[in-house]
Amino acid sequence: MGVVEEAWVWLTTGANWSGDGGAGHRLAEHLYVSGIALAVACAIALPVALYLGHVGKGGGLAVNLSNVGRAVPVFAVLALFMMTPLRNSGYLPTVIALVLFAVPPLLTNAYVGMTEVDRSVLEAARGMGMSGAQLFLRVELPLAYPMIMTGLRSAAVQVIATASIAAMVGLGGLGRIITAGFNTYDTAQVFAGAVLVALLALVVEGVLVALDRLLSPLRRRRTV
Amino acid sequence: MAEQNCLVANDWICGEYLRSRSAELTEATVQHIWITAASVLIGLAVAFPLALLARRGRHFAGPVLGLTTVLYTVPSLAMFSLLLPLFGLSAALVVTGLVLYSLTILVRNILAGLEAVPQEAREAAKGMGYGPVRLLWEVELPLALPALMAGLRIATVSTVALTTVGSLVGKGGLGNLIEDALPSFFKAQVLTASVLCVLLAVAADLLLLGVQRLLTPWTRIRTPAGAPPGAGPAKTEAA
Repeated sequence: MGVVEEAWVWLTTGANWSGDGGAGHRLAEHLYVSGIALAVACAIALPVALYLGHVGKGGGLAVNLSNVGRAVPVFAVLALFMMTPLRNSGYLPTVIALVLFAVPPLLTNAYVGMTEVDRSVLEAARGMGMSGAQLFLRVELPLAYPMIMTGLRSAAVQVIATASIAAMVGLGGLGRIITAGFNTYDTAQVFAGAVLVALLALVVEGVLVALDRLLSPLRRRRTV
Repeated sequence: MAEQNCLVANDWICGEYLRSRSAELTEATVQHIWITAASVLIGLAVAFPLALLARRGRHFAGPVLGLTTVLYTVPSLAMFSLLLPLFGLSAALVVTGLVLYSLTILVRNILAGLEAVPQEAREAAKGMGYGPVRLLWEVELPLALPALMAGLRIATVSTVALTTVGSLVGKGGLGNLIEDALPSFFKAQVLTASVLCVLLAVAADLLLLGVQRLLTPWTRIRTPAGAPPGAGPAKTEAA
């Protein structure tokens, strides 16, 4: 009972938000690291997945990669980076570890989306004389779009939740609020930090759902 | 004596480290294995009734799937910290946290497997006089096994990786070694523990794949030329 109220007090106290180690700065760090990691992961995973899906090859690779991705212990990867000169390069270790973590779900979902496009639709499009590029841009991509967005959403939520592990090796992000509270036996602060991370994940998921509705290529046709 | 130097020089790969700390490494690996095994087994025991409940109808499916999905967005660091007042610095804390995480994947996959059972198979069994328990145990469960095992493999592999975070409370198996090595930049210990952790995940995955093959011999007989259908619905939302 008391913990929730104390956490609320912690969250509404202005002093906890200001300064270098304050929640405001930690939130900015968290968003910055997660955003860059997600963008880089998209830049790597989507072209590969869309190309493989278009050509129709590499299915085994896509599925196995998603299983390998789960076996990557982010804490161990971060710890390995801290043993190298990279530890002095700011947020780079966290970004690299999160990219490794985010690529598999993005790649697998985009690939599955591409390969699940109805074959008869593809043949009809070819019969209408569409070239490979037209087929990709005007048929495959719009039809694979929902799966690609599903992959992006789950990757975003996982990246935001996982970015807090960076605090275990002393790197920035909202996790630092949790570890700081843990070290001083301040359960209210731990709870507040956890709530902030979970809220951030839910807000980002909500924004992506809204974007999805706005950008969906089939949006106008859905009402017919 | 020459080998002693790799500890002094702080090399990444160090044979002397493996020799002199083999007891410590074994202890950490054993802890890692039993924490993972306990979490996945308890997770399975909890997920199965939940999946059966969710199958009963939409009243149950919504809350069950919603709750297990929300649990997944709680960062592992926060989960272990928040359970601290309940369990103290104990392995039970880590196991509880890991069980909660495994539920998301397990419930979804068991449910997907049960729902994919062909209606004809169910009706044939009912026509032969099967009661609900026997129907579940002898018809539905075997048919749902590939999807269930796919979920079990995913849950196990990610639990092996997540166990390292348990080092926060000193019960993280190989994660403890990594945590201990951080302040002194002990490269050999971090690398060895990390590699062992990944090897554990791969070994667990292969072991479960073997178990799945043993339990579902019919999936191999029916499709000698085609792809084995064992993979099941791998594209859960949390993929």
